[in-house]
Amino acid sequence: MRLSRHRVLGRRDLVCQQAVELVTGYLEGTLSRAARRRFEAHLAGCPHCTEYLAQMRETIKLAGRIEPEDLTPQMQDEFVGLFRRWQSEQQ
Amino acid sequence: MDPDAELLDRLRAGDERAFVVLVGRYHEPMLRLAASFVPSTAVAEEVVQDTWLAVLRGLERFQGRSSLKTWLFRILVNRARTTGTREQRSVPIADPEPAVDPERFGPAGAWSDPPEHWIEAAEARMEAGKLADRIRAWINELPARQREVVLLRDVEGMTSDEVCSVLELTGVNQRVLLHRGRSRLRQLLEDEFGEVR
Repeated sequence: MRLSRHRVLGRRDLVCQQAVELVTGYLEGTLSRAARRRFEAHLAGCPHCTEYLAQMRETIKLAGRIEPEDLTPQMQDEFVGLFRRWQSEQQ
Repeated sequence: MDPDAELLDRLRAGDERAFVVLVGRYHEPMLRLAASFVPSTAVAEEVVQDTWLAVLRGLERFQGRSSLKTWLFRILVNRARTTGTREQRSVPIADPEPAVDPERFGPAGAWSDPPEHWIEAAEARMEAGKLADRIRAWINELPARQREVVLLRDVEGMTSDEVCSVLELTGVNQRVLLHRGRSRLRQLLEDEFGEVR
């Protein structure tokens, strides 16, 4: 991650373009304590990045609600067949 | 506690319905994952079939040191890798693909075109049952390595350690791929539902 390009603000302040690159590290709990503090300090003053973080959380949540499609009855039969073949192998 | 523990007990006791339930739970996710390693859907289907047989044959040996799900996916990925023709899978860590289009920031790095609001609209569409297929299709269009990580982490809900073990990734690479994949999905959701308030 490139954190050295913007030095317009104080040396330790994040800008939005840097903050969005830290979101996954933040959610994964892998930022250093100092980086996490800078990230949270940025969020406290930035409604857009706060919204962005909420959207990343929502993205994860929506992906987690995808359910596998049901097996067709034909596939269920095929897998029962596979299971029975395996059982007879066991004998 | 492994959520599949009860199924595992029933399987070992020879309960074929337990097998059908297990297959129903993981067959499709396994197909999607396999498809990312091999050249065609037909080959992916073969790999998954082989995996199910290997799972049955390995049941005796499975010790429960990982979750059943992690074990299944690890067998799958090993088989898909052996079968697949994809070239060496190095992760280009230095590739500076940004999470957000740089055009959306001003010269000082602050948002000039801030994120549009979409959470409520997307939730409503999800509730109506009309979004899951869309997201599934978007995930399928992600670059293969991002897709694999997003499928296992966010759709299947595995931990980062489990995903690293299944895909043989370092923690850092896993995180880079996850970051890119999720950022891309967020952008697609914004493109679909975004509106300036």
